[in-house]
Amino acid sequence: MSMSYKKIWLFLLFNFLILTSSPSFALLEIEITQGVESALPIAITDVAGDTPIDAALLGSVVYSDLYRSGLFSIVDKKKYPQQKINADQVDYELWRNLGVEALLSMTINKAAAGQVKIQFELFDLVRKNRSLGHVVTVDQKQLRRAAHKISDLVFEQLTGIKGAFSTRIAYISETANKDKKKFELQIADADGFGPKTIYSSPKQLMSPAWSPDGRKLAYVSFENDRSEIYVQDLSTGTRSKLSSQPGINSAPAWSPDGSFMAMTLSVGGNPDIYIMELNSRKLRKLTNHHGIDTEADWTPDGRYVVFTSNRSGSPQLYQIPAGGGSPTRLTFDGNYNAAASVSPSGDTISMVHSSGRGYQIGIMNIDGSNFRLLTEGTLDEAPSFAPNGSMIIYSTRHNNSTVLSAVSADGRVKQRLRLQKGKVREPAWSPFR
Amino acid sequence: MLNRLLILFYVLFAFFIVGCSGNQTKPDDSEGSTIVDEDVTIDVGAPDELDEEGISSGLDDDGVLILDALDDPASNLFVRTIYFEYDSSDLSPESLEIVREHGQYLSENPDRLVRLEGHTDERGTRDYNLALGEERAKSVQEILVLEGATEEQIELVSFGEERPAVEGSDEEAYELNRRVEIVY
Repeated sequence: MSMSYKKIWLFLLFNFLILTSSPSFALLEIEITQGVESALPIAITDVAGDTPIDAALLGSVVYSDLYRSGLFSIVDKKKYPQQKINADQVDYELWRNLGVEALLSMTINKAAAGQVKIQFELFDLVRKNRSLGHVVTVDQKQLRRAAHKISDLVFEQLTGIKGAFSTRIAYISETANKDKKKFELQIADADGFGPKTIYSSPKQLMSPAWSPDGRKLAYVSFENDRSEIYVQDLSTGTRSKLSSQPGINSAPAWSPDGSFMAMTLSVGGNPDIYIMELNSRKLRKLTNHHGIDTEADWTPDGRYVVFTSNRSGSPQLYQIPAGGGSPTRLTFDGNYNAAASVSPSGDTISMVHSSGRGYQIGIMNIDGSNFRLLTEGTLDEAPSFAPNGSMIIYSTRHNNSTVLSAVSADGRVKQRLRLQKGKVREPAWSPFR
Repeated sequence: MLNRLLILFYVLFAFFIVGCSGNQTKPDDSEGSTIVDEDVTIDVGAPDELDEEGISSGLDDDGVLILDALDDPASNLFVRTIYFEYDSSDLSPESLEIVREHGQYLSENPDRLVRLEGHTDERGTRDYNLALGEERAKSVQEILVLEGATEEQIELVSFGEERPAVEGSDEEAYELNRRVEIVY
């Protein structure tokens, strides 16, 4: 019941934001489909200051960031013993009686032309001290970004995990106007706001992959009616064709140091993993099997490549030393394990899994042990870890369309990010910037 | 350009057939008309089958169309889509027979070029499906080459699950989408 209340609250909140601040209609709606029962109770007081619209934006961005992490339960404002806080005025006893463990207070005021000054303070109500406190001045246009950064700091202070609210996601959007399809490579904030089209085509786009510095995207385009790999610089828009060998060119994956690209090519007669040295564009064949080898991902130390192969008869995950060697099979559960995403810590691997009833997102330890399912969809695909390893974003079926969802790496928190229009798929979570 | 003309030709031809069979009220109309075409070099089935289709009616009268074995709707060569089982690139016995005839045709018409477009259904991962689509196209290519076609005549391309023949997420749609299209 409290969940549906929260949904309505968020819905109203986002409608307000559309009217006041968001220039885009391609809005992702966030819906927590499953939360943590033991969520940490926190309080966020109304943002005070002389610029009410900015205050509402700041408050709502931070609120929804912390809320959608699923790790916090944000206590109803009406119960707050104090509505406005100054550093010396926190009545710790009153707040503790409410059962709240942390309190976030923010103010925002106009500064020099086009700028706003934000003050935020986080109080530890258990230890009875101020655990965070800063004043920052930012361009008003950067307010949303600043708000995500504040969420990151609060999240880290409260959980010990670096926040990833200020990161971005890349994905493929497919829309249709009458019979004309449009495919777009887009990036948006991790909460789905501010979608920007990086490349638009009447032909299919696939497999976006971030460079480790977050400045470039590699992806597959069918603009010449065949699969080719392109790399695009996000700040300059410069676009170059990286691979256009005979046969398929797909599944690009940057090495952690950014100097190599793993990719799937079939120029050798069947799909194999190749490693391209990006400066020289020299190719090295990493796998060599007459079956399908594809969907490479690197371990964060750059020493291994995890990939999908059907050499055993069904698609399963394998690991091979990046310098070459013999592959080791990692997955034995189910008849379909593919599209591995190695966690940023290198401890776990997430994948698309099937045991015959639809496709779900699974996770296991890096050595293949401790497999468990994280989702229950019929067609869940394309898992991608957040750079802090806490969440996995993926695509799922919802109301006859394809939408993005995220699930915590422990499976306890789920959220849906829904574009209002078209199909959204193949999400790739950016690295930290 | 030539391809487009050919496609246009096929489309017009198909409409023409539909129009003819639609107007054909008396089965007897087809009697007495036979296909006279030197280009037809392959056994395309029993003649009465052709008569039932009523294909040649009117065509001879027009005398405009140059008939090619590929354009005979009763022929296996008229079958341009080969279907596959889930996560498989194996050809069924029926498909094998059809692909063989295409191979023989290509062998006998060495100036003919063909593009094999491999496709999958939407299930499974997109990059794996791109590879699977190519495996399917390769299965067809292998048979074509066995029957005497040359690799120079054949172009392979995979679209994976990116270009479904029909939209939909049911078994019926999946069956129609797991395919190789033989495009002359």
